[in-house]
Amino acid sequence: MLIAQNIGFAIIAAVMIVGAIRVVTTSNVVHGALWLVVVLAGAAAQYILLAAEFVAVTQVLVYIGAVMVLFLFGTMLTRSRIGRDSGLNNTYWKLGIPVALALFAAMAIALVDSFGSEKMPTDGAIVNTQQISDQIFGPYLLPFWALSFVLLAAVIGAIVLARKD
Amino acid sequence: MFVNQFLILAAILFCIGVYGVIARKNGVMVLMAIELILNAVNLNLIAFSMRNGTADGQTFALFVIAVAAAEVGVGLSLVLLIYRNRRTISLDDLSEMKG
Repeated sequence: MLIAQNIGFAIIAAVMIVGAIRVVTTSNVVHGALWLVVVLAGAAAQYILLAAEFVAVTQVLVYIGAVMVLFLFGTMLTRSRIGRDSGLNNTYWKLGIPVALALFAAMAIALVDSFGSEKMPTDGAIVNTQQISDQIFGPYLLPFWALSFVLLAAVIGAIVLARKD
Repeated sequence: MFVNQFLILAAILFCIGVYGVIARKNGVMVLMAIELILNAVNLNLIAFSMRNGTADGQTFALFVIAVAAAEVGVGLSLVLLIYRNRRTISLDDLSEMKG
């Protein structure tokens, strides 16, 4: 069981990393959006591996369903070139590589130092959806209300910004 | 399963996202790189939720997903507005605020 989980993790992780690298290196905006779908679906699969099925389904609905449609519409409405486009990178894009590597080195050292070879609990209680709803509508009720206002403001703001007057 | 395997995968995704934010010029591509960063954070939250056996991590991940959806909506309408006024979404050309 654990070996199967580890093999599943390795395959999904490899697919996610390849997809993420393609998102930031591809020279085609639409291909970038489609590679992003691969990464988001891989993240949903990892959530299922971590026994978080409600978040996984929400991830598929919100990200792959809604956010991806927004990205494709954004690509279409800004008339980004559908097809190869050599002008997607900055002139100083090479600067990003040492920054990302240094950041990863710092995080990897901190993580290995803190969590070493700690294992996930195999006999721990699985968090079910009822507990999540008890959390949201219990101690996190005020943030939930605030979040609903954030979403309302974002929807109205997007309409106000994007409409033609 | 180690705790670290999920955390290091999230760190890799985070760093790729940071590289994308730095390297990309196209506004839509920068927003995609920000999505990568937010997903890395969510993966961390879910991993810690399983490690601690509590629902707090998953609750936070749901909040992050909702905020990310709002961010993409406003961000893309901003990109659209910039395109409508400037006929370009190259972030290098927006230099009015440069000192």
